[in-house]
Amino acid sequence: MAEEYRLILKNADQPGYTVDIDCYQKHGGYQTLKKVMAMAAIEKDGKVISPQEQIREEVKVSGLRGRGGAGFSCGLKWSFVDRRSGKPIYLVCNADESEPGTFKDRQIIHKDPHQLIEGMIISAYANDVHLAYIYIRGEFPQGAQMLVRAIEEARQKNFLGKGICGTSYDLEIYVHRGAGAYICGEETGLLESLEGKRPYPRIKPPYFPAVLGLYMSPTIVNNVETLCHVKHVMEMGAGEYAKLGTPNNTGTRIVCISGHVRKPGYYEIQVGHATIGQLIHDFAGGLLPGRKLKAIIPGGSSAKVFKAGEKFKIKQKDKDGHEVEKEMDILDIPYDFDTLMAAGSMSGSGAIIVMDDTTDIVEALGNLSDFYAHESCGQCTPCREGSLWMSKALTRLNNGGGRKQDADYLLKIADNIPGGRTICAFGEACSWPVQSFVRKFKDEFEAKGAAAEIKSGQTATMNQ
Amino acid sequence: MAHTEKDHIKVSAQLESEIDGLISHYPQKRSASLMILHRLQEEFGYLSQPAIEWTAMKLELQPINIYELVTFYPMFREHPVGKTVVRVCRTLSCALGGSHQLHSHLCRKLGLNPADKGPQNTPDGKFTIEFAECLASCGTPPVVMCNDDFYDNVSTDQADKLIKKYNQP
Amino acid sequence: MAEIASQKAPADTPPPVEMVRVRINDMDVDVPKTHPDPLTGKPVPTTMIQACEQYGVEVPHYCYHPKLPVAGNCRMCLVEYGLPALDRNRQPILNDDGSPKVQKMPRPAIACATPISPGMEIYTDSPGTIEMRQSVLEFLLINHPLDCPICDQAGECKLQEYSYEHGQSESRFVEKKVHKPKQVDLGPRIMLDDERCILCSRCIRFSRDIAGDDALGFVNRGSYNTLAAYPGRSFDNNYTLNTVDLCPVGALTSKDFRFKMRAWFLKETKSLCNSCGTGCNTLVGTREEVIYRQEPRENNAVNSSWMCDYGRLNYKWQSSENRLKTVTAMRGDIREVLNWSQLLGEIIPRLQRFQPGQIAFIGSGQMSTEEVFLFKSLAEKMGGLVEAYSSSGESDRLLLNADRLPNTNGLRIHHFTTSGQISPSSTHISEGIKKGAIKALFVIREDVTAHGISIDLLESLELLVVSDIHRTPATDVAHYVLPGAAHFEKRGTFVNVKGRIQKFMKAVEAPGDARPEWEFLHEILHKATGQNGFSTIEGLFNLMAQKVSALHGLTWASLGDLGVQIEIPDSR
Ligand SMILES: Cc1cc2nc3c(=O)[nH]c(=O)nc-3n(C[C@H](O)[C@H](O)[C@H](O)COP(=O)(O)O)c2cc1C
Ligand code: SF4
Ligand code: SF4
Ligand code: SF4
Ligand code: FES
Ligand code: FES
Repeated sequence: MAEEYRLILKNADQPGYTVDIDCYQKHGGYQTLKKVMAMAAIEKDGKVISPQEQIREEVKVSGLRGRGGAGFSCGLKWSFVDRRSGKPIYLVCNADESEPGTFKDRQIIHKDPHQLIEGMIISAYANDVHLAYIYIRGEFPQGAQMLVRAIEEARQKNFLGKGICGTSYDLEIYVHRGAGAYICGEETGLLESLEGKRPYPRIKPPYFPAVLGLYMSPTIVNNVETLCHVKHVMEMGAGEYAKLGTPNNTGTRIVCISGHVRKPGYYEIQVGHATIGQLIHDFAGGLLPGRKLKAIIPGGSSAKVFKAGEKFKIKQKDKDGHEVEKEMDILDIPYDFDTLMAAGSMSGSGAIIVMDDTTDIVEALGNLSDFYAHESCGQCTPCREGSLWMSKALTRLNNGGGRKQDADYLLKIADNIPGGRTICAFGEACSWPVQSFVRKFKDEFEAKGAAAEIKSGQTATMNQ
Repeated sequence: MAHTEKDHIKVSAQLESEIDGLISHYPQKRSASLMILHRLQEEFGYLSQPAIEWTAMKLELQPINIYELVTFYPMFREHPVGKTVVRVCRTLSCALGGSHQLHSHLCRKLGLNPADKGPQNTPDGKFTIEFAECLASCGTPPVVMCNDDFYDNVSTDQADKLIKKYNQP
Repeated sequence: MAEIASQKAPADTPPPVEMVRVRINDMDVDVPKTHPDPLTGKPVPTTMIQACEQYGVEVPHYCYHPKLPVAGNCRMCLVEYGLPALDRNRQPILNDDGSPKVQKMPRPAIACATPISPGMEIYTDSPGTIEMRQSVLEFLLINHPLDCPICDQAGECKLQEYSYEHGQSESRFVEKKVHKPKQVDLGPRIMLDDERCILCSRCIRFSRDIAGDDALGFVNRGSYNTLAAYPGRSFDNNYTLNTVDLCPVGALTSKDFRFKMRAWFLKETKSLCNSCGTGCNTLVGTREEVIYRQEPRENNAVNSSWMCDYGRLNYKWQSSENRLKTVTAMRGDIREVLNWSQLLGEIIPRLQRFQPGQIAFIGSGQMSTEEVFLFKSLAEKMGGLVEAYSSSGESDRLLLNADRLPNTNGLRIHHFTTSGQISPSSTHISEGIKKGAIKALFVIREDVTAHGISIDLLESLELLVVSDIHRTPATDVAHYVLPGAAHFEKRGTFVNVKGRIQKFMKAVEAPGDARPEWEFLHEILHKATGQNGFSTIEGLFNLMAQKVSALHGLTWASLGDLGVQIEIPDSR
């Protein structure tokens, strides 16, 4: 049986564990920061390597991948930062947590805020950042207060502010609140919002955050959980850290499970060490009595849905490193970055939404499409028009105005949005659910449309 | 949109110095707009035109720059709301966990229209009820916020208790 | 193919910068790697759309405008493209024939924001590109009211044009459209129909980044996004009407032009604005001798693609009730109508009667350079004084110049002043009249009563000849009144404040007996001096260019549509 492995959430739910700095320090908090701040330059092959470069190298070697959604290598992202521009480099923590199904950053922020602060200070130091922000969603007012307090405490102990830990390194962190917009989770939308503008994501090229980010300066945007992992990479050493999880999918990950399970909640596992089935059954207590599995969204609402019983041919490396192709049921897919991608979906923000056989799949998609129509920033044409169009079509279909052809009608709309046609990945986020729900449950969509046609035909006859 | 009754807002010296503090967090003033709007809304209940204009003036911006934000972000309100704003999460996990039934229940209880998904105020000005998108607590549905207070696993019984709790003059 | 392409290269390629070879569809072309940014002048990477434009390949677009910062929001310009394939060691992979292998990219790019790079292939009409373009158009049209028959933009609408060229005929949209405000009174000169707006943000960017008035924005969210000014604030700077030109659809309309005329009925004439010394290049839209509008005509040396509202709307005087349409002479208390030959027969001998110094010729910065030349020649022949006055107002940081006359520099190159400088008024003419030294005035396009010469003084003259286009206090007391032509009604040149000599063409006929001043001046000069004439403006200009040092080497033809920079003699 798969087991939880609590690294990030090691302390969070322990009885008596509090959010104040004393408690954090009692549990070893800020030791890693002190260690990092005491690092000296080393010489290797005749080159002097600064502590900052050493940390960045550790993070790269650890294989840490971003926990915000895209699973992009953290070390690689940091390596893109333009360090020669002469402009300040900014670090922004993405605490917008707004992907439906996701509630992991909430736990960190509300239960162990200092861990995030420590991870941020280390990351900032590693990247010569002197000003950092935490962009926290507006609906976390207590979380924002807790972070403000944690920052104040850290400053009192000289972990923040001027001359951190007796070195010459200065850093300020400020908390910036959003006000209810999913698009502020998209990193460039976030930066616009942080600049006080409408959170319209930026076009890339030219506005890659690593070069032209906040105030047109090089900027790193990382998720809350990612930044916490940086602390653990530096605590354990990259080599030890990389032993957690599976190759190329290292470390641990907080998986959020919601929907039709007995014990919805968050479970931290070593990446790839539990299958979707184990997560649902062993951790989340399985389905409700008498229910059958119908569908699983594996990585936050934007991820393509899996249908119960779906099988995938997945290439895996066996013990000797040979590539073998295995047929797998969705429940047997290890929860990691690469396998889920190979299965045509993604682990995204690490959120599994389970739907059992009582779910009206057309209504479920309607719910999600309403979300996307409400959240599209409306800057670019395909997403602005397409997201509302899909939501209107689904509302009609769910309210007795459907047609059998609506399944194909929806697909045609959805197929015209993703694939780089939009400014940001919201285009994919809003169309993938429609594409996957309708393709995989087409019979249900057609049946609902057909039923409405028959009914309206009958009314028409009666009215004659 | 017509000007509201109050054509001016009174920003106390203390509030203004607090706002100056917020502005000092950023190398560019404009960045402070969301934080200021939150603060003003906290103070005045909603963001009237004078509040928008004051913010613009404070940040050396045009009022349209601020109005663009106020109309974009659902947490900001251009009109007065009830003393307690009840936000019920409507997104998938909560919907699977009964949040729409909860919304209907609350509406009926407060004499409002269950079919109306947008913000509705009770005539006595005590409550505003509306749907919100995923509040990032999908494992404990249904999820509700009453002003800044957060409640999860809200049953209809608990909802009744919440109404009682917040139903104060 | 390559040779043909390079022959097609535009005439004024920017100063030598590194060239990049790219392929546009089947055509290999060389494109400068960078070009100066229209706003900052700094070199910025050349984008796909600019490369295509240089070689005449149109990439349909809405939000992109060469003079505005790139927004990249409409997605109309999405194209498929390819890049040279690289192997693991980042070395190019070669085809069998040794040419670099080009790999089509899995995701498209917006041509308006994607820089070109060596070996790039841009596919502007591949099936994939066409399909994306069609779907963007479909998205733009689903919530569009499609009220072309009553839309002012019809005929000039990019939505109409592209959907005709690139769209699908049948709409599959069966939902309810989003409704937004219609007939929004955005400002004193602009109406807005938000349902027609495609949210391209051109107007916002223009107002903020060019006009320096951050007055417009988008309110609400998503599909409900709505272009707006702040409630209760009027969109009212001196450049608002440029947003009407920029709006690719009929969302922003000019109150002045609304519903007056269908755009496709208009004849367009290249002209100049005469309302200040900037000399914005314009297109005058006319039909059946009526002027319906002025629009800016691109000239990067002068007005970029813009003009001010004041100048644009300042054309109605051309058709005012107050226009002089007849040649008249004062007989005692009665004003008698003459024809031109009667008039010339009478005034030439009367002008010739005065001794040198007894007659003064007062011109104006509203006269064309050619007219000033003739007037000056006449003055010299008759030994008269010359004078002209300035007229100024407020200037702004963009185009509007304090000099409210279009051709003050035209006066300067002919040294058309005796007092040394062109000022609002001067005393030497009035003093001369008072002293009886000056006995006659010949005035063109100037109400001298506004420049310190009172009616009493005018009435004391032995001869007062005034040519103007409108009735003024001076024409009321003149012995002879010669109705002149507005610049809309003739050809000629103005020299702007920066010393650029530019042509204007004739858009409409002058009313009644009114005639271009250069024509009657030429006749007077010819009759009075026997000097040989020329019947065309070309001939006149070329003669003038030989005689006036500032214009040496120029011909009418060499001015082109955009004019030529000249040296202005000491212009104090
Ligand atoms: C529409 C959209 C919403 C997103 N929302 C979030 C979010 O709420 N939190 C987050 O950390 N990342 C979110 N992301 C991903 C961010 O853009 C970005 O990739 C991430 O913050 C990078 O951090 P990481 O590398 O540490 O994962 C979102 C992306 C998109 C396209
Ligand atoms: S894809 Fe959607 S969310 Fe992203 S910029 Fe375009 S309209 Fe906005
Ligand atoms: S009004 Fe015209 S120019 Fe302005 S955003 Fe709309 S379509 Fe674009
Ligand atoms: S700036 Fe001067 S020349 Fe240009 S339009 Fe205005 S008034 Fe006419
Ligand atoms: S769906 Fe309700 S909190 Fe996430
Ligand atoms: S023209 Fe390129 S996106 Fe609009």
